[in-house]
Amino acid sequence: MLNDSFRFTPHITLEFKIGEKDFFIAGESASRVKKTLQQLGMKQDIIKRTAIIIYEAAMNVAIHANHGTLKVYIDPEVISIITEDEGPGIPDIELAMKEGYSTASHEVREMGFGAGMGLPNIKQCSDELDIDTKVGVGTTLKAKICLNNKN
Amino acid sequence: MNLRDVKEILNAEVLCCEDLLDREVKTCFACDLISEMLLHVQSNTLLVTSLTNAHILHAAQVMDALAVVFVAGKRPDATVIKKSEQSGLPLMTTKKLIFECCGLLYLNGARDSLEECD
Repeated sequence: MLNDSFRFTPHITLEFKIGEKDFFIAGESASRVKKTLQQLGMKQDIIKRTAIIIYEAAMNVAIHANHGTLKVYIDPEVISIITEDEGPGIPDIELAMKEGYSTASHEVREMGFGAGMGLPNIKQCSDELDIDTKVGVGTTLKAKICLNNKN
Repeated sequence: MNLRDVKEILNAEVLCCEDLLDREVKTCFACDLISEMLLHVQSNTLLVTSLTNAHILHAAQVMDALAVVFVAGKRPDATVIKKSEQSGLPLMTTKKLIFECCGLLYLNGARDSLEECD
C-alpha cells in the first residue's frame, strides 16, 4: 500500500552532466534532488538513501571516468538513479564492492573521498543495484529505491 | 548544550552564522571521510572534522548537519564561509585537536550520531 504522499507523485526526470574531475557536481546534484524529493513530501529515509546513492555514484564518475551523465527518474513506485560513463571500466567488480578497496588518487583522498566506501554505500542504500561495465569502455550503474516498501 | 556553549567549551572562533548559535546540540560525529559521514550521520548533528574544502558543505547539506567545527586551527577559504553563511550552516574553528574536541563535547552531553542506512 502506497503512502498518501506518493500516490500523486508525478513522473520526474532530472539529468546532470558530469565532466572529468568535476567533483562538485556530485554534491550539487545530491542537494538538488534532495530538495525535489522534500517538495514531493517523501519520507526522510528515502530522501537520505537517494542522496547518498547520487553523491557516491556521481563522485565515482567524476573521479574515475572521462565524462558521464547522472539521471534520476522519480516515479510513484520507484526512484531510479542511473550513471553512465565513458572511462576505464571496473576490471573486478567483486573487489570494487569490497569496503576499503579503492583506486582513487591521493588528490581525491585528500578531499575526504576515495576511502573505498562508494560502491558498498550505494549497495547498502539501494533495493536493487545493477552494474554493467566494460574495461576500457565505461560503466553503467543502475540503482533503485522502491517506494512501496521500507517506508 | 547549544552552539554557543560549544564555542566556549572548544574555545572556538565562529566563522559564520553567529545568529544561529542557539541551536541545541544533542549528537556529534567526528570524521574526515565524507562517505562515512553520509552513511552514518543523522539530521541535526554537529560535525567535527579537519576537512575544509567545499565538499564538506554539500555533504553537510545532504546530511542536514547542525553546524561544522574545524579542528587543529584549520579554516576554509572565504568562498566556503560565504556559501555556508548563505545556506545557514554555522562554521567554527578551534585550535584543539579532534580527540580533545570529542572528549569535551561528550563530557558536556553530546552523544554519538549513528544511524544505519537500512
